Amino acid sequence: MRHMLILGGGTGGTMMANKLAHALDLNTWRLTVVDATGEHYYQPGFLLVPFGAYRMRDLVRPRQQYLPQGVRLIRSSIEHLNADIKTVVLASGEQLRYDCLLIATGAGIHPEQTEGLLDDEWGQNKFDFYTPTGAERLAQFLKGWQGGRLVVSITEMPIKCPVAPLEFLFLADAYFTERGMRGKVDLHLATPLSGAFTRPTSNRILGDMLRDKGISVTPDFGLARVDSREKKLVAWDDTEVPYDLLVSVPTNMGDPWIARSGIGNELNFVLTNKETLLAEGLEDVFVIGDASNLPASKAGSVVHFQSEILLANILEHIEGRPPRARFDGHANCFIESGFGKGMLIDFNYETEPLPGTFPLPGLGPFALLRESPLNHYGKLMFRWVYWNLLLRGVELPIANEMLMAGKVAA
Amino acid sequence: METICLAGKTLTLDNDGNLANCNDWNEAIACELATQEGLDELTPQHWAVITYMRAVFHKEGDAPSIRRLTRESGVDTKTLYKLFPKGPAKKAARIAGLPKPKGCI
Repeated sequence: MRHMLILGGGTGGTMMANKLAHALDLNTWRLTVVDATGEHYYQPGFLLVPFGAYRMRDLVRPRQQYLPQGVRLIRSSIEHLNADIKTVVLASGEQLRYDCLLIATGAGIHPEQTEGLLDDEWGQNKFDFYTPTGAERLAQFLKGWQGGRLVVSITEMPIKCPVAPLEFLFLADAYFTERGMRGKVDLHLATPLSGAFTRPTSNRILGDMLRDKGISVTPDFGLARVDSREKKLVAWDDTEVPYDLLVSVPTNMGDPWIARSGIGNELNFVLTNKETLLAEGLEDVFVIGDASNLPASKAGSVVHFQSEILLANILEHIEGRPPRARFDGHANCFIESGFGKGMLIDFNYETEPLPGTFPLPGLGPFALLRESPLNHYGKLMFRWVYWNLLLRGVELPIANEMLMAGKVAA
Repeated sequence: METICLAGKTLTLDNDGNLANCNDWNEAIACELATQEGLDELTPQHWAVITYMRAVFHKEGDAPSIRRLTRESGVDTKTLYKLFPKGPAKKAARIAGLPKPKGCI
């Protein structure tokens, strides 16, 4: 029996386990998934928890339930990879030999990387919304908050779902307006980027939206430390941003086992070929999703677009042929903009997010880079799509490659 | 594509305003780009960072992040922000004639 080993049972690992269980001959291949926990969270929903739109228990399901029959799930954290002997060592000491390895251990937040961020005030007036605990504590806090200066702080790039900090601010604007206290809340974004977003057209359009909603921005803000006593962020160039309530997007890093195995960059993201998704310099190792160092967004949609390409390449590879399918960096993100509206952006390595329309049989077209109620429902509907179609590896009517149909060049 | 005239050469720029072709670059161009970025002069420490960035780019096809610069160039983060105010990685990459680092999205 040959062994396909998948590290990580999140969006990418689960989706690929389903696709591979269909595609491989299970008389000659066995499939194993390793994950430290038994719960699978619908992470895009975390953003809505602080505002009371979802409760965390609405967003979690048993991991095993989404893996196909015949796939073994091992609950353990990973110690390290020894690529020379094609073996993964688990925290328990168990050693797993593989014929083909897929790394899907994602990215996590690391507030301890920033001086003064993870202290006694963490969870008191400093929160994150990227973890179940963080999002729930923030929801609790916001219910009783009397107002003041709310600062969303992006520590460093890259981060999971790069539009989430903007969405948080748009939703906060709507939340406080609906509670009749928008006048008591000052909303602010401190970001290391030179504007609201990274690429020119979307930066301009999203920047205008922030301004229209009365949300101010400190760009080029390289966060050096948090001064909890004086309640301020201090940048490397000594610029200061005061806060009453800090909503932090801490440094995102790959799993620590990647550092222990010496296969990652300075943020523990695995060095990966951006087209074939093969790990650089390793034999029989592929990478999907947030765990890679690809210059693409860290987002579930990217994992989805990668998955078909990855499946084709894995099937070629295990037959001894060179992988031929090429990933183009395609990402597609719904952006919640508050008051029952949303936006959609669609882009890849080469093409920036552009305005226009996004065709989708049956439902679309969705408006690109423009607010519409349909986009908001698209985002809400996506939770159902995630559990019932996406994780199960069912094909969706969206092309893997980014298409120019409907887009209007800037 | 926009062009720019620097140190007697006409150069093509990419969408971010960085040199489209890093082989067009030379030290005189770096000095003029530095002036555009608001730097008074390029000290040996600036050159150490620029040289390191070009070396990484030639080996790996992407300019390094601030975190990696701090770890490997021998210049700490605080000093990097003094040398290249606002965005050290972006600014140093532009002066070094390289595209904006990709680690940003």
